[in-house]
Amino acid sequence: MTPIQEHRKGNELLLDVQGLQTWFYTRDGVVKAVDGVSLHLRPGEILGLVGESGSGKSVTGFSIMGLVGERGKVRAERMMFDGYDLTKVSPEQMRNLRGNRLAMIFQDPMMTLNPTLRIDTQMIETVRAHEKVSRQAARARALEVLRMVGIPAPEARLMVYPHHLSGGMRQRIAIAIALLNGPKLIIADEPTTALDVTIQGQILYEVQKLCREMGTALIWITHDLALVSGLADRMAVMYAGRIVESTSTQALIDQPMHPYTHGLMASIPSLGTRGEPLFQIPGSTPSLLNLPTGCAFRSRCYRADAQCEHTPETRALAPGHEVRCWHSGERI
Amino acid sequence: MKLGSAIMQVEGLRREYVQPSDFIDRIGRRLRGQGKPSPVQAVMGVDLDIRHGEVLAIVGESGCGKTTLGRMLTGIIPPTAGKVLYRGRDIAGLHGQQRRDYELAVQMIFQDPFSSLNPRMRVRDIIGEAPVVHGLVSRAERDDYVCNLLRKVGLDPDYRERYPHQFSGGQRQRIGVARALALKPSIIVCDEAVAALDVSIQAQVLNLFMELRRDFDLTYVFISHNLGVVSHISDRVAIMYLGRIVELADTERVFSQASHPYTQALLKELPVLSAGKRRFDPISGELPSPADPPSGCAFHPRCPRAMDRCRAERPLMQKIAPGHWSACHLNDTGESIPVASGTPVAAVSLQTDPNTEIA
Repeated sequence: MTPIQEHRKGNELLLDVQGLQTWFYTRDGVVKAVDGVSLHLRPGEILGLVGESGSGKSVTGFSIMGLVGERGKVRAERMMFDGYDLTKVSPEQMRNLRGNRLAMIFQDPMMTLNPTLRIDTQMIETVRAHEKVSRQAARARALEVLRMVGIPAPEARLMVYPHHLSGGMRQRIAIAIALLNGPKLIIADEPTTALDVTIQGQILYEVQKLCREMGTALIWITHDLALVSGLADRMAVMYAGRIVESTSTQALIDQPMHPYTHGLMASIPSLGTRGEPLFQIPGSTPSLLNLPTGCAFRSRCYRADAQCEHTPETRALAPGHEVRCWHSGERI
Repeated sequence: MKLGSAIMQVEGLRREYVQPSDFIDRIGRRLRGQGKPSPVQAVMGVDLDIRHGEVLAIVGESGCGKTTLGRMLTGIIPPTAGKVLYRGRDIAGLHGQQRRDYELAVQMIFQDPFSSLNPRMRVRDIIGEAPVVHGLVSRAERDDYVCNLLRKVGLDPDYRERYPHQFSGGQRQRIGVARALALKPSIIVCDEAVAALDVSIQAQVLNLFMELRRDFDLTYVFISHNLGVVSHISDRVAIMYLGRIVELADTERVFSQASHPYTQALLKELPVLSAGKRRFDPISGELPSPADPPSGCAFHPRCPRAMDRCRAERPLMQKIAPGHWSACHLNDTGESIPVASGTPVAAVSLQTDPNTEIA
């Protein structure tokens, strides 16, 4: 690829992450929470980032947001967002981006909301932190986004404290705050995990509508493959700090190439699996402190062989279908 | 005991919680001219048969009273009113040895494998303490007994000297299962027992539950909010909403011919693995507060098919087909429609104009 072509390609991508590494230096050793993750996102695209606990999916989100603590070291070959090089931006610039063009929704809305401030204070503050507008204008903007996320009686909601609200309502407010400054990319870290199914449906509905209407790109981080399959354009499956498979949702569901993806899908209980034992992936997620050499999944994989003792590289099996497995071409 | 006969019966079970009020609180209420604080009705009258050898799922959103119901079944909390009958006898009237037999026979597995194990006890003691205390095994046999149980739940017996913090979440849940099994129970109440586990670990634990059911002739009460898990594991499903059971039927029937609009809404929200975008079409509103339940049918503020009658009158559970009960006024319209096998009775009955029924 010539530099000019590469430049043009960079222009159409909203987010372009290559070789992201987030390592935590702890007393017990180096925890490679994220180890060589590459992601890219076009404007308006929804990416489902799927993985089990400890797979590094949340840390990937935090790394893009620049929210990794002091012990973590974030490195990347390339981390471009909307023309900014996130590996080089100053802390002030990052603070400007965060909550403005780049927003995050967390699993627990109580962590996002300040329990001692009224909702209106928190929302107006967020608008005025990035834009010089009057309190009235900021308040009007707050009302507008509250309506967008489907909150009934938004004027009344502005005047209450977070503890007055239910979990679903708090999460909607958290989403509304993320939307305040019209972000180009939202990173949502398991935003519906703590909520009931009916409330989860409501949030998914609102999020899907917002992304369609406003052209906001979204990274939806979750452990629930089935949930995100109805929402995302593309999916990336993470295991032990690496993306093991990434492709369009359609291709992933129709033809999973990595044995881990296949195992995850086959182990989802449903009416169809009634009366039969579920497919199970043996063993448990390895500790990130002492990962086995080679493929991290090999101790749990049904088709591991001697070759898997060497780390597999990411290979493109079809356009846009990338798999990190030595045997990915073979049928499952 | 015969397979299919009721091993446990629940009649008109209720449970209220009263906010404890201190002196200042009481004075404040007196000054404001308010009476006693109204109790929160967590469970408002549940009738249920649990059949020997079955997996009965209790499904509902948080706050619907499913955990309170489970705890009353195990005798952890006493009911405010109503009866729990174990093998035909009211557990409130059991004393001495009989009470102990009941308490041993009904065990519970909890949601959080991190807080349900004592962090200062070794696995050997966590599993082995209760059977020794209750005289199921002698102190000398304890070690063998624990090793056996650990093998049954798929853990290495060498782990018995370890402490809970040395295990992963899935392994801890297995320890919790072994602890319940150690007392040779006949009923195990699983309260969201796989909710905190990762998908791959969840599959392992679900498979373990089914194996143990075969090996030990167990009856499960499986409390869960996850309809996917429930559809896989259970024989019958009871759907709870705001302290009451609103629908009860065989699993296949619930998933193919759900009658109650709430059940239908829950089924629609069930995430399924599918390529292609889903149109999310959620049910509006939230679970009302049990301290201030709506009039009539508790579901009417959120129900897309609510009519005037639903606001005024609470629908009672009625049998709409063999083994299928539902509490909804819409059932009155569908009664005359014959149920052909394979046709969703709910869809048929719901398509009839609800106004005809009011007239």
